[in-house]
Amino acid sequence: MALLTIAQETCKGCGLCADVCPKQILALSREINSKGYHPIAVTDQSKCIGCAFCARMCPDAVIKVEKE
Amino acid sequence: MAVVYEKTGILTDTPLHYCPGCTHGIIHRLVAEAIDELGIQGKTIGIAPVGCAVFAYNYFNTDMMEAAHGRAPAVATGCKRVNPDNIVFTYQGDGDLASIGAAEITHAATRGENITVIFVNNAIYGMTGGQMAPTTLPGQVTTTSPYGRDPALCGYPIRVSEMLATLDGPAYIARCSVHDVKHIMDAKKCIKKAFETQIAKKGFSMVEVLSSCPTNWGMAPREALNWLEANMIPQYPLGVKKEVE
Ligand SMILES: Cc1ncc(C[n+]2csc(CCOP(=O)(O)OP(=O)(O)O)c2C)c(N)n1
Ligand code: SF4
Ligand code: SF4
Ligand code: SF4
Ligand SMILES: [Mg+2]
Repeated sequence: MALLTIAQETCKGCGLCADVCPKQILALSREINSKGYHPIAVTDQSKCIGCAFCARMCPDAVIKVEKE
Repeated sequence: MAVVYEKTGILTDTPLHYCPGCTHGIIHRLVAEAIDELGIQGKTIGIAPVGCAVFAYNYFNTDMMEAAHGRAPAVATGCKRVNPDNIVFTYQGDGDLASIGAAEITHAATRGENITVIFVNNAIYGMTGGQMAPTTLPGQVTTTSPYGRDPALCGYPIRVSEMLATLDGPAYIARCSVHDVKHIMDAKKCIKKAFETQIAKKGFSMVEVLSSCPTNWGMAPREALNWLEANMIPQYPLGVKKEVE
């Protein structure tokens, strides 16, 4: 089991993380953060393999990845 | 649960001002992770450039200084010579390093100054609104080459890493990219190697990192990285250009 923690306030909605996710479980959310961006969100946490590709691709160090 | 990945404490909590998807942020993170893994935070001094990375001093949890446009290698030289036990790095864009600062980088390299240079090549002047840089590709449209860079008029792009690798002073020069996760991991290794070169007192080290400027290239972040891979890498081949054992 893996867990993502997303600092939604610092996310700029660039989508680079979603693009590299092998499970394609990242998508921009409908919410808008205080900078006016749609932050990224996990669509199905149970499918996450904790590979951290998303976190390594993120220019803004938004994502923390933990694994059991 | 075990942490697989989290932001290093070598980066401050100040949100980066870079545009969405700009890979300056990835390169900051790699430099910070290398400093973290080498345990050199307390003795590292970074020199910020003029360019989009002008505020780099707000983002690194190390001592930082700001240099005039292109002069970071000169500031780093003085800094390192007075404090030889400190680890000194510059972080410079291609306009900063290859245009107005071409003399400073060349002479710091040929003197074999024991500093580390992180050279962020995005083939454009990002901060000032997307003008042509010495590294702009033939045919590339910028605000000052609206019909595409014409080598007959503006000359050819400079391959800085290859050029500096012909000198006797440098100990380590490599070119990397950050367009996908594999290349990001490779770039991290090169940046760490460059710092290790300085720690071992071998002399000048530089890592050129091919980077995107989605805003001034007029592309979405992923599209920009695809463009980088397809167009910049053929012009600027990746790899280690010089390594002194
Ligand atoms: C002495 C001087 N000349 C010109 C400028 C204007 N200027 C600011 S940033 C810049 C170029 C930045 O391009 P680059 O180094 O490639 O950095 P980027 O923004 O692309 O990361 C220029 C010409 C300046 N600030 N100071
Ligand atoms: S850790 Fe891997 S699988 Fe999980 S969201 Fe990130 S990229 Fe996708
Ligand atoms: S890469 Fe980072 S900033 Fe971009 S959408 Fe993903 S989490 Fe947000
Ligand atoms: S202008 Fe270009 S280089 Fe500067 S922050 Fe924006 S995308 Fe990055
Ligand atoms: Mg530039």
